[in-house]
Amino acid sequence: MITLGHMLTLSAVLFAISVAGIFLNRKNVILLLMCIELLLLGANFNFVAFSRYLDDISGQVFVFFVLTVAAAESAIGLAILVVLFRHRHSINVDDLDTLKG
Amino acid sequence: MTRNLLIAIPLLPLIAALIAGLAGRRIGRAASAGVTILAVGVSCALSLEVVRQLFFAGAPAVDISVYTWLISDGIRFQVGFLVDRLTGLMMAVVTFVSFCVHVYTIGYMRDDDGFQRFFSYISLFTFSMLMLVMSNNFMQLFFGWEAVGVVSYLLIGFWYTRPSAIHANLKAFVVNRIGDFGFVLGIAGVVYFTHSLDYADAFALAPAIAGAQLPLGADTVVPALTLICICLFVGAMGKSAQVPLHVWLPDSMEGPTPISALIHAATMVTAGIFMVARMSPLFEYSDAALSVVLVIGATTALFMGFLGIVQNDIKRVIAYSTLSQLGYMTVALGASAYSAAIFHLMTHAFFKALLFLAAGSVIIAMHHEQDMRRMGGLAKYMPITAVTCWIGALALIGTPFFSGFFSKDALIEAVGESQRAGSTYAYWCVLAGTFVTALYTFRLLFMTFHGEERFHGHGGTPHESPWVVTLPLVALAIPSIVIGWLTIGPLLFGGAFGGSIFVLEANDVVGELGHEYHGPLGFVLHGLKGAPTWLALAGVLTAWYLYMKDTTLPGRIAARFAGLYRVLVNKYYFDWCNERIIAPFVRLVGRIFWKGGDQLLIDGVLVNGTARLIDWTAAKGRRIQTGYLYTYAFWMVIGLAALLGWFLIRG
Repeated sequence: MITLGHMLTLSAVLFAISVAGIFLNRKNVILLLMCIELLLLGANFNFVAFSRYLDDISGQVFVFFVLTVAAAESAIGLAILVVLFRHRHSINVDDLDTLKG
Repeated sequence: MTRNLLIAIPLLPLIAALIAGLAGRRIGRAASAGVTILAVGVSCALSLEVVRQLFFAGAPAVDISVYTWLISDGIRFQVGFLVDRLTGLMMAVVTFVSFCVHVYTIGYMRDDDGFQRFFSYISLFTFSMLMLVMSNNFMQLFFGWEAVGVVSYLLIGFWYTRPSAIHANLKAFVVNRIGDFGFVLGIAGVVYFTHSLDYADAFALAPAIAGAQLPLGADTVVPALTLICICLFVGAMGKSAQVPLHVWLPDSMEGPTPISALIHAATMVTAGIFMVARMSPLFEYSDAALSVVLVIGATTALFMGFLGIVQNDIKRVIAYSTLSQLGYMTVALGASAYSAAIFHLMTHAFFKALLFLAAGSVIIAMHHEQDMRRMGGLAKYMPITAVTCWIGALALIGTPFFSGFFSKDALIEAVGESQRAGSTYAYWCVLAGTFVTALYTFRLLFMTFHGEERFHGHGGTPHESPWVVTLPLVALAIPSIVIGWLTIGPLLFGGAFGGSIFVLEANDVVGELGHEYHGPLGFVLHGLKGAPTWLALAGVLTAWYLYMKDTTLPGRIAARFAGLYRVLVNKYYFDWCNERIIAPFVRLVGRIFWKGGDQLLIDGVLVNGTARLIDWTAAKGRRIQTGYLYTYAFWMVIGLAALLGWFLIRG
């Protein structure tokens, strides 16, 4: 039997993996974007889990919103990435430190 | 008295001053002199009309407000005129002497490049002085007070290429600032207690303030009115050159002689005397303050007189004489004999202006030589100057029937009647002062006009000055003789000042004298029996013996009492003390505040310190900005976690 606890654990694991991915990844901006996607998916999983548990459909509706926003965000992120690559000929994270104080 | 009449009196000289000052070069010398003399002349005529209305037609005092400048917290700052008999008398004296000096200036400044500028200044002075005496509130009084100070500064430094003149005008300005500081504090005290700048309010509330105490510090209280009066008197000490703020007046002789007569003898320096008399409703309720006035005045009267004996500069002798006479007036104020003080102020204005102008006439004849040791025997060459100067001198020493006799004798008698603390000291000072006055005055006369001719060697024989110089001398000589005889009765004993001077019953020394007054002739006969007249005669004889008979004796006396002589020549070391002790000390304090307070604390810690702190914080803070995306993400997550954690803990 899969309980709410299992699902929340899975969601937390997903979240933790993506956070770790963000911190550990020093190479690739695409990987960063993917990690953010995963982060959102972890959150979505929470929504779905509670939606089933509470028998309330609105949680799943929220997932759609989040997915939409995530899609838009990825699109923008990738577009920025393209511009960035054209500009600097690199998407290596370690090179992108112009904000350094 | 109509409103327009009163407005016109001070305004005419102001307009003339502006014309002569701003357009002086364009309209030329004659027109500048003409316009200012015309304005002051009309102003003088109008003032005499005011006097006629007040004293002879019995018009009541006027207290009108002309213009409200601003109202702050219910306190009205306004221009207004209080014209009662005290004011009327002052207006007449100021404008009359000013008019004489204007005319005289044509002759004295004939060859000076600053001719128009000079006329502009003295007209401006007349305006300022009139504003001062006509004021009905403390704000305008202070305005006039400062304005006459500014003009005095400008005129002492009139010959601005002379370093000594610049030094003297700076000195006058700085010393007067000290007095004015007290004056402002006094005015602030009045405003604090009455919440008004008007004389009328302050005078009405004086008895109430008299009972009040003002806390100074944790557990010391001082009587409020005494403090206020002493503060106001400090202002008077600066303006009227009382010890120890007298040091600027002798140096002010660097200015041209006409202004020495107008400003530093007849009018401006008497502003302090006038002010205290005007404030008599306040001073009357403070015996302690009046005692201070009495002692300071007495000290000035006697000890400044001594200095006149050792000076050789003709103008400086008269300057010390002015100091001494101002001391006399102050003594009278301190003895509650305000009317006697004003009476002496008036007679002194005439005869002292006369003496100064006569000295100026001598200086013209001597080609701007002021050292009396290079004069002598001038009476033969310039008879009008000599005669008028004699008249001035006789009035000054208090010769019976001359104006100075009445005022000085009344004043000394009044001080003798006074029971106030310090009055015994004051009485002896003013009594001894009459001898000293006669001594230095006749020393001046003998050294200048009589005896051996010592002026040879510069520029031919001296000759009498032109009529523009001698006419004012004659015009001033007449009141110097008769004004005392004519006015002593009404002014002192007839209550002519009416409500403008307030004296408590218990302090009314002049009223006390009035019981024994039987006309001016009786006063003279009474005076002949008194000590002052004989002391003055003794002074004259001493001067005659020392400077006519045995002219080597003064030098021998000076050598015999070398120590005393040195103290006198160095003016009791006041200047030395100011320059060596007080000024360095003040500069040190200023330096401590400048370096420690301003540069270190305000600039260093507060202003630049703030900037440095921000700079330092930013330098540390920029380390956080690695520029790597993951660091920002990390901090975002940490922040999110912290926020959620906080919500969780709070429940």
